Amino acid sequence: MRPLATRKFDTLVIGAGGGGLRAALQLAQAEASVAVVSKVFPIRSHTVAAQGGINAALANVLPDNWHWHMYDTIKGSDYLGDQDAIEYMCRAAANIVIELEHAGVPFSRLPNGRIYQRRFGGQSQNFGGEQAARACAAADRTGHAILHTLYQQNIRARTHFFDEYFAVDLIRDEQGYILGALALEIETGEPLLIEAKTTLIATGGAGQLFRTNTNARINTGDGMAMALRAGIPLQDMEFFQFHPTGIAGKGMLISEGVRGEGGYLINKHGERFMERYAPHAKDLASRDVVSRAIYAEVKEGRGCGPQGDHVLLKVDHLGEAVVASRLPAIRELARTFLHIDPAQAPLPVYPTAHYTMGGIPTDRHGRVVVPAGHGEEVVPGLYAVGECACVSVHGANRLGGNSLLDIVVFGRAAGNDISEYLRENRYHRPPNPASVEQALARLARWERRGDGESVEGLRRELQQVMEDHCGVFRSQAVLEEGLDKVLQLQTRLQQAVLRDHSRVFNTARIEALELENLMELALATVTSALGRTESRGAHTRVDYPERDDERWLRHTLFLRDGRTLDYKPVRMKPLTVETFPPQERTY
Amino acid sequence: MKFLVYRYNPETDAAPYMQPFELHAVRPGMMLRDALLELKAAQDEGLTFRHSCGEGVCGSDGLNVNGRNVLACVTPLAELREPVTVRPLPKLPVIRDLVVDLSQFYHHYRAVKPYLIAHDPEPEVERLQTPEQRAELDGLYECILCACCSTACPSFWWNPEQFRGPAALLQAWRFLADSRDHATSERLEELDGPYRLFRCHTIMNCVEVCPKGLNPTRAIGRIKALMLRHQV
Repeated sequence: MRPLATRKFDTLVIGAGGGGLRAALQLAQAEASVAVVSKVFPIRSHTVAAQGGINAALANVLPDNWHWHMYDTIKGSDYLGDQDAIEYMCRAAANIVIELEHAGVPFSRLPNGRIYQRRFGGQSQNFGGEQAARACAAADRTGHAILHTLYQQNIRARTHFFDEYFAVDLIRDEQGYILGALALEIETGEPLLIEAKTTLIATGGAGQLFRTNTNARINTGDGMAMALRAGIPLQDMEFFQFHPTGIAGKGMLISEGVRGEGGYLINKHGERFMERYAPHAKDLASRDVVSRAIYAEVKEGRGCGPQGDHVLLKVDHLGEAVVASRLPAIRELARTFLHIDPAQAPLPVYPTAHYTMGGIPTDRHGRVVVPAGHGEEVVPGLYAVGECACVSVHGANRLGGNSLLDIVVFGRAAGNDISEYLRENRYHRPPNPASVEQALARLARWERRGDGESVEGLRRELQQVMEDHCGVFRSQAVLEEGLDKVLQLQTRLQQAVLRDHSRVFNTARIEALELENLMELALATVTSALGRTESRGAHTRVDYPERDDERWLRHTLFLRDGRTLDYKPVRMKPLTVETFPPQERTY
Repeated sequence: MKFLVYRYNPETDAAPYMQPFELHAVRPGMMLRDALLELKAAQDEGLTFRHSCGEGVCGSDGLNVNGRNVLACVTPLAELREPVTVRPLPKLPVIRDLVVDLSQFYHHYRAVKPYLIAHDPEPEVERLQTPEQRAELDGLYECILCACCSTACPSFWWNPEQFRGPAALLQAWRFLADSRDHATSERLEELDGPYRLFRCHTIMNCVEVCPKGLNPTRAIGRIKALMLRHQV
């Protein structure tokens, strides 16, 4: 056998979406040697699909300040967000958006030349007062504009890219330090060991857990599963966001920006039903609230269409000019997949799996933390940012416009902290062959030949089970049945075999590794959902319909070994301001 | 529905060949990507192509279908003549089946310095830009680098090493057109000479095939015009 190819860098960044690229940029500019490993060419990462905007209290359109943004985020999180991290993010927001603008992001503009901002869900002035306009937008292609700009700046900074390399597993030594990762070069099928003093996981979410989702096919939660296999727990995995407005039956995202620009939802009577569920914020209530309202309308027989299985998003009253200038990509999407021009007719929509609030537990510097004694300790050399991480700034429900903010704020913060770590840890630690062997075994397992089930069939079954058993409304019985089914699927996956054993660009092998990752995350999600016997944010238990702050104002931790649950307190103390104590949540 | 798909696995095939497939489970509204995924799932898991977002924004699945470059995920089956002939994007090295080596395409993109260059000290707030100045970037910044245009361009086929190609030149103009960018002379100098820019013969295949409805030919024309103004 050929010796394992090995490369050495100061920092390995896994994932080339906005979080990974923002961190890589910070490090490249600090003259660290950085390798970015991505299973797709960077600008194909899912950040590219973000539409509506990035929140920052610039007050370009309406009065605003970061403290109001902080309040909205905490309320939106159903008080499960960590208030120190939320204060940090909201205070950093204005500066980080200005930085993006300086880097070249083509934001839409106001007549006075400043960045255009639109209204978005869950935004208020003055701690719950009038609607705010906080989402800085590049038409309805904000993610595309930001991702391309960050990639372009990384070209300028000469970041080292490993495009189309799939990260298999983290490498760890006996003392618990993370030493890099094993990757698979997709084009050649050859493994590559990347040794690094610090490793940042920025691999995004796991929307492919569910059959109908807004996510790209690559969103299989690879980094979260790698963390689990390295013995790190995952936090708050029961909180999965269902976006209110996916294209009905298909799942493509219709941005909240559509409602921000003045669009609204109607049922089969033409009634603007959100007025009943959220009298004040109406269609711009939090996503969990709007999604549940749509479910209720359909369940109670007020859905639209021949099957009564969706509601309508009315946009045509905004007029041709607004649709053309503010929502051009939504219009393109609707024409392509629905043959409807939103400037002419309403769009059929239904809630769709969208965003993983949970993830790898970190502090506000992006450092991965695990329980130790009565508190927590840092996993040395390991960082995580963005959707794969749980800082936690989104708590039980993320606000629209906060995910793009999350990735750039904490991407930069992690980059800065890594620079400091590198100053104090100048040398690579000795490699750990045992850990490398383990990672290689994961690849070798798929060399097995003979009869067995196909990976693709199991993937579809898993997505159906998760949709049926771990969707918007959950109960003990339904979840328990779901857990059994996922466990059976996991056993069957161990018996699955590939038909295609070629080395060159073997996408079947990549999909098998991705499904192993999804399987881990399905178990984490269902187990965590079973544990939490209350309803909070995106997690609705019909058998426990109330929020229970006395017992459940705490984060869930799921451990892979024995599928056990642990809990840790929510960080209620902000950095400089007063705590926002839990209150009844109405919009 | 009948398909003819270009197949080539360098480990087992001496030469590429066209393989017939038949898809029975055709649903209304199905896109070409859905069909390829069905074929991969039910008939041959070795069938290899790139894809991801499924909605025409990531730019992964540019293919040559019935002789025309398209994005598979936004190409309805209903609009395709049978047998649907699916080939990789033209004139690039094939890695396997429908997957091409895009290194050269990306090289040209990086070579036009596709990033904002500003020489002023950074203000504390955003650089101001009027809505009219910002509108100059519409039709330019939306490019998803799917390579449908450059691989449809005869000039790019003939001079793949020297001619930047429509995608890269569209991005060159995206920064020249940006009121915030200060590197006009530097950018124009880089594009001067007989090949990098001037191999465009306004054949306009790029405009014809762009799945995002962009117009690289017009952008190239505007670079040429600006270059002339700069030289006099």
